[in-house]
Amino acid sequence: MNKKSQSRILNRVLIELKTYSFKIFISLICALATVYLTLRIPILTGQAVDCIVAPGQIDYDRLIQVLKIMTVTIAATFFTQWIMNRVNNDITYSVTKSLRDRAFVKLQHMKLSTVDSHPHGDFVSRIVSDADTFADGLLMGFTQFFTGVLTILGTIYFMLMISVKIALIVIIATPASLLLAKFISEKTYKFFGEQAKLRGTETSYIEEMISGKNIIRNMDYEDDALERFELMNDRLADASMKATFYSSTVNPSTRLINNIIYAAVGVFGAIMAIGGGITVGGLTSFLSYASTYAKPFNEISGVITEFQNALACAARLFEMIDAEVEVDEGETTIPEVDGEIQFNDVFFSYDKSKKLIEHLNLNVKSGQRVAIVGPTGAGKSTIINLLMRFYDVDAGEILVDGVDIRDLSLEDLRSKFGMVLQETWLKNASVRDNLRMAKPDATDQEIIEAAKATHAHSFIKRMPYGYDTILSSVGGSLSQGQMQLLCITRVMLNIPPMLILDEATSSIDTRTEQKIQSAFNKMMKGRTTFIVAHRLSTIREADVILFVKDGSIVEQGSHVELLQKNGFYAKLYRSQIENC
Amino acid sequence: MSFILTYLKKYKIRAILAPLFKMLEAIFELLVPLVMASIINKGIASSDTHYIIRMSGVLLLLAVVGLVFSLTAQYFSANVAVYAAAEIRRDLFAKILSLSQGTKEKIGDEVLTTRITNDINQIQNAINMVLRLFLRSPFIVFGATIMAFIVDVKSALIFLLVVGVLSLIVFIIMKYTLPRYKTIAARLEKVLHATSENLEGARVLRAFNQVDKEKKGFEAKTGELASMQISTGKISALLNPVTYVAVNLGIVLLIYVSMRRVDGGYILQGDVVALVNYMSQILVELIKLANLIVLLMKAFPSADRVQELMEMKSDERMHLNSTGNMQNENAGSIQLSNVSFSYNGTNDYDVEDITLDIPAGSVLGVIGGTGSGKSTLLKLMNHTYDASKGQVSIDGIDVKSMTDGELSNLFGIVPQKASLFSGTIKSNMTMKKQDAGDEEIKAALNIAQALDFVEAKEGGINAEVSGKGTNFSGGQRQRLTIARALVGQPRILVLDDSASALDLATEAKLRKALHSLPWKPTIILVSQRASSVMDADQILVLEDGKAVGLGTHSQLLESCDTYQEIYYCQFPREEACNE
Repeated sequence: MNKKSQSRILNRVLIELKTYSFKIFISLICALATVYLTLRIPILTGQAVDCIVAPGQIDYDRLIQVLKIMTVTIAATFFTQWIMNRVNNDITYSVTKSLRDRAFVKLQHMKLSTVDSHPHGDFVSRIVSDADTFADGLLMGFTQFFTGVLTILGTIYFMLMISVKIALIVIIATPASLLLAKFISEKTYKFFGEQAKLRGTETSYIEEMISGKNIIRNMDYEDDALERFELMNDRLADASMKATFYSSTVNPSTRLINNIIYAAVGVFGAIMAIGGGITVGGLTSFLSYASTYAKPFNEISGVITEFQNALACAARLFEMIDAEVEVDEGETTIPEVDGEIQFNDVFFSYDKSKKLIEHLNLNVKSGQRVAIVGPTGAGKSTIINLLMRFYDVDAGEILVDGVDIRDLSLEDLRSKFGMVLQETWLKNASVRDNLRMAKPDATDQEIIEAAKATHAHSFIKRMPYGYDTILSSVGGSLSQGQMQLLCITRVMLNIPPMLILDEATSSIDTRTEQKIQSAFNKMMKGRTTFIVAHRLSTIREADVILFVKDGSIVEQGSHVELLQKNGFYAKLYRSQIENC
Repeated sequence: MSFILTYLKKYKIRAILAPLFKMLEAIFELLVPLVMASIINKGIASSDTHYIIRMSGVLLLLAVVGLVFSLTAQYFSANVAVYAAAEIRRDLFAKILSLSQGTKEKIGDEVLTTRITNDINQIQNAINMVLRLFLRSPFIVFGATIMAFIVDVKSALIFLLVVGVLSLIVFIIMKYTLPRYKTIAARLEKVLHATSENLEGARVLRAFNQVDKEKKGFEAKTGELASMQISTGKISALLNPVTYVAVNLGIVLLIYVSMRRVDGGYILQGDVVALVNYMSQILVELIKLANLIVLLMKAFPSADRVQELMEMKSDERMHLNSTGNMQNENAGSIQLSNVSFSYNGTNDYDVEDITLDIPAGSVLGVIGGTGSGKSTLLKLMNHTYDASKGQVSIDGIDVKSMTDGELSNLFGIVPQKASLFSGTIKSNMTMKKQDAGDEEIKAALNIAQALDFVEAKEGGINAEVSGKGTNFSGGQRQRLTIARALVGQPRILVLDDSASALDLATEAKLRKALHSLPWKPTIILVSQRASSVMDADQILVLEDGKAVGLGTHSQLLESCDTYQEIYYCQFPREEACNE
């Protein structure tokens, strides 16, 4: 990240934090007070020590006075520190929550093309870990930085107050400590980079081997796989060793410099004390400052890395929050949809440098069935993506009952379609809640009826808690076919005027498929339906067949028309028939 | 947890030396206030400049020796942590490879990956920190107390009081916060699941206009998380201020008591300074110790999870002693007698009562819908799973008495999902037979209809393959996995629905090539398509795990309802599938 973008992000972060300006103000005041009070303690301790010189040389009254002030100071520190910690927690966790919520809301409206083209794990890690790192790093880092700087300035001030000469010794030695820390952290940075790289390689190897484990076993390849792993693992261990060790030298090394300063202060202080230039108590305070002086320097250098890291995380979150959303500007509504659909000279492609759909014209009359046919991966789902406005056309228009679908609100458009996809998706919720997605106010009776129609009722009943069984997204006990039946039931509960069935029965065995055929027929009756399927029986009955090849529609017409045309469809049909 | 100790055993000496050197470093640190005290007591009091300079020389020496000890300790602890963790990682990887397919699927790929990466990283970090701090911090705390006793017994009693109070504070706060950290982790996990579920279901959720509901659900989850974090934060925010107060009030008390001791002539002014210094050291180390405990609490669950996996049975399949009948020359006939199998071990069988005799060199077609048990049946044949009931034998020998190596030599398997490994085409082809020559590989590629596109690639058979083979199209990948199975000329060739991504012309060529393999292997063809299995010597029709038909195409067409259904659905006649 360069300086310019860093400052841009920092600006953005500051805007984010505006809501919390009062709390931040409180936090800063508390930090200031805490630093001041904490630094007062060594002075007071020194004053107390000066009251205790030798037997008979005790200034009792003054000592009690000093101890009283100390007690009050300690009590005050307790409150300022406690309030600061609480306020900081509050800010941190609220900011994290707000960022997470906003990023999540964004996911709901983000362009599908972004969702499809982006690894999901990355979005998840932005919402989960980046939000954490950001809040922790930024706010904790900020307070640490702030208190660190204040502590350094305060220490210098108090040291100068006690003795300018000795203070100068400490201040002159400061750069040495800083340079050493910088030198070591630059070295370790390189080793950490190396470690991260090797770790990444090893992780992808592990993932690959685990996912291909069955093949490895079938091939009796375990020993070779392990051998390769060992090589990687050894290299990683060596890099890790370097990174871990070198990074762990920072503290001892700066401690050495600190100890040297301590010894120097000890000598000069003691010699000065002989001449009466400083009291023993003054020397005590000084030594106490000298021993804690280096700590904030270490912290600050750590904070800067953390801070940069936090900004990088913030950038990733903002990128997500700022992602382009679906265009949803339509205001027209169609109260009663007939289901007449027109594609007028539609152009579309996912990758704008590669042509896909061009000059697509299509006229679907109300209640017609449209079958989309073609080899796997040819882009049959593209038409569905366009209809549901998961993607928008590049040129041309799609009309429903004569209205451009971009003039409808997304919610209105999508509520007019019932959709069952090949890839079944069910929420991690009860069966009932999953089915109610289509109709939030559906009664139990309605739900059971719909499930009976799709022959899902019998297996739902056999589940541990029937309709209240929670469908866990991981390791579900349902078969693909059963999940598909649930998805069909979901649509059956509230059938919209138009339907999209994308390989809706691909996982359902032939028997069950025939059993639910009547329910399907009832569902499709009078409704404009788009079907993606590979079973010829389903396709033949369609009013219009679209043959899709390499992303574009190469043929369209009825079964009979296409057979006469003797093109791709006819070839496909015959290739299956002639095997008889 | 305990298993980590067995790994540390190997590094026993280093694992003992690391904390030992840390302790030495601590001793040197503990000496500093004593030296300072004598500078004040002797040097300043008697105006002895030489003494002061000598003593500060001692201070410098202590600092340098302390650094050497500290660096040595850091080196040893990093060394032990990193290499012990590397060994754990290696053994865990070997363990994962040895897990049976059933166990692996039960645990899940992602979980396995997390165990071997994140969990072991946590362990590594924890070992390192424990070696560095776990002895040092208590040692400084107790060492400082002991030093205080050396300086003055009466004043040192305050140390006992303060250490007692501090331990109690840390204990109480930890007791309240640690379980809450677990809850926080669990709630964060919920946020994670909600996010990834939402992404997976993007289309469906939008189609059903679920945006508001999803938003509310998510906000409830982040709300629960944040409120737990804030309430835990309230307690942990106390840790610093309370310990600060305890130690500093201790100092106030200490000064008051030592004032009486000085007045009585028991101790000197410098001793007071030393006592105050020891008290301050306790505070610093106690905070470090508390942080270490939090770190350990995070690492413990990781260690437990890794151990659980380590202790899992590698292979729960049954292995009989080899009968010794295993010959080099296998014919490749397969017999199944009354074989049943269920994944969850109940009587609800996923494959039920299958009896089958596949003669060597014959072709068996297996057909049935998704979930009818086709792939499971294949996995029973090569002993990926143990049959729950019945027996599977090859050339009359129970598969349980064959080793996995023998079985893998017998079988060439093309899985349903065509997946390759990163490397080169050649490294993929030679997985089973490492000494396979280029000619042999090319012959296999040729049969699999893959030679043309491989030779067109830059590098030919040495062309690069990226992870899972994503730099090849689905159809190309499928042909490569077929070729991979053919290398080594296995006696039994299994194709699990592995021509689905091929166009019809290529599929036909492939089928022809497979039927005329020179070494005449037994071929098992699994498909959902009737056209793929029609020519087989016998066809097994599966439905819900049961064999509902076995015979040739024409026999089944007459006798088997399910086969007819499948067949006529795919090859419609006028009357079929319309009712």
